[in-house]
Amino acid sequence: MTTTEQSPDSKPPSDYGTHPGAAANHAFKWVSTGAGSLILITLAAVATFLLMEAWPAVSMPAAELGESVSFIKPEDGQSLLEIIGFLVYGTILISVIALLLGTPVAIGIALFISHFAPRRLAQGLGYLIDLLAAVPSVVYGLWGVAVLVPFLQPFYQFLADYLGWIPIFAPPESGEVFTGRVALSAGIVLAIMIIPIISAVSREVFLQTPKLHEEAALAMGATRWEMIRMAVFPFGRSGMIGATMLGLGRALGETMAVLMIISPGLTFSSHILQPNQHNTIAAYIALQFPEANALGVNSLIAMGLALFVITLLVNMLARWVVSRRSEFSGAN
Amino acid sequence: MSKRIDVNNLNVYYSNFLAVEDVSLAIEPKSVTAFIGPSGCGKSTFLRTLNRMHEVIPGARVEGEVLMDGVNLYADAVDPVTVRRHVGMVFQRPNPFPTMSIAENVLAGVKLNNKRISRADADDLVEASLRGANLWEEVKDRLDKPGSSLSGGQQQRLCIARAIAIKPDVLLMDEPCSALDPISTLAIEDLIQELKTEYTIVIVTHNMQQAARVSDRTAFFNIAGTGKPGKLIEMNDTPTMFSTPSEKATEDYISGRFG
Repeated sequence: MTTTEQSPDSKPPSDYGTHPGAAANHAFKWVSTGAGSLILITLAAVATFLLMEAWPAVSMPAAELGESVSFIKPEDGQSLLEIIGFLVYGTILISVIALLLGTPVAIGIALFISHFAPRRLAQGLGYLIDLLAAVPSVVYGLWGVAVLVPFLQPFYQFLADYLGWIPIFAPPESGEVFTGRVALSAGIVLAIMIIPIISAVSREVFLQTPKLHEEAALAMGATRWEMIRMAVFPFGRSGMIGATMLGLGRALGETMAVLMIISPGLTFSSHILQPNQHNTIAAYIALQFPEANALGVNSLIAMGLALFVITLLVNMLARWVVSRRSEFSGAN
Repeated sequence: MSKRIDVNNLNVYYSNFLAVEDVSLAIEPKSVTAFIGPSGCGKSTFLRTLNRMHEVIPGARVEGEVLMDGVNLYADAVDPVTVRRHVGMVFQRPNPFPTMSIAENVLAGVKLNNKRISRADADDLVEASLRGANLWEEVKDRLDKPGSSLSGGQQQRLCIARAIAIKPDVLLMDEPCSALDPISTLAIEDLIQELKTEYTIVIVTHNMQQAARVSDRTAFFNIAGTGKPGKLIEMNDTPTMFSTPSEKATEDYISGRFG
């Protein structure tokens, strides 16, 4: 009510009171507000759980923790924090390999489907990509171990022989077997796993590019590729970043495929062709969890907390990148 | 910088559908030619065959020839990308690139030619093109702002600046004022009058007063019914077309007794 005084001949607002849709509108408001708050509550609950459960392990002196938890060996330089450090490094290394290999391919597929392929082929390919996204990760893991790793071995041999002088391609120690169950294999399988999700999202974004802007570029004498650079990429930029972050999220949290492929190890090594060097947080937790005692579980939860923080940081970074030039975005 | 266009017996197809049938006409250099006609009569489709933009739609093809100063744009050795660098186009709705600044928009086409353009030359070109489009005074202090921050009429003039920055031989305008208010429309019409001293201009318009105001010659397109191809009914000097057209259909259309 904005008026406080009523003129003497004003009538009661009988004709202008409530209408039939008002109750439903009110209910909808509360349902949607509730759904929105549920997200915040869940996030807060997860964060609280992780912090509280991780605390007993984090706060305990290393030597004492090492006595009761089998996988923590402070005498070998593997206190809880050090293990977390190795695992964070391994997780990020393998995810970055997956992103570097997967994103260009995924964007290429998305562009082919949205702008190059004949319509019928594009539709079929689109369905196929969506289907690939639905394959469970354990299947990818099995396929990686049984098919991909043996297939890649000669290629790794080649890399080690000719590019071995570059530190990251250094071959395994002479005594070790060249199994191919290394960080690069895990990265490649993860790349294949994240390609469908990145290309499915990017394809949708590319298809939304306004015809107006595409035609503007073409009418100036742009080739197809120049048109894509002038109109499609700038418009789809934030969408592509979002798609990549979705892929990164899947890569960071992927458990089964990494667990099945990699020969785990705990180092800060950059040698992605050597076994027993790297592991990821999720795979490590899955490996140790069945045998862990109470404090062991606390330690593993501390690692989970680290993964939670990484994904949160990655998402914040993505948001920041997206918002940096929002004034120029395709949205306005 | 301006060329004449001769179109001989042009048929335009979308797959097997004949959209425009047997058009032959001549467009004089340094003049404004207007295409008028009811919706769906193929005038926009025909306009797009002059810079091969119709090929953007899958299945679109033409028979016949479009000669630009004698060179057939549909000869085998001709690349449509090159054609479009010689024949500029302005669209119905203003379409500056939203991710580019005003200055970047003007230079967008120039950068395509991979010319290594010096900073000073680029600045000069931006100023010259924006002056050419009567937009310089309004935007000179905010060249680094996004093109989408301008009003609709300013955006359309920015698109004209972008088109003339690559110094085309011909400028095609596909209903350039239909999304604009009367004042912006007037600004564009004045601009067309200035541009025709340098360029060959072809404009499609729904607005017959506009055709009468801006054009030297007018072509009337019509369609016999849905599913039938559009045809060129007649073409003549604009004053003649609007005073004593030789075809009954033209007279009906321009006097509003249509359909």
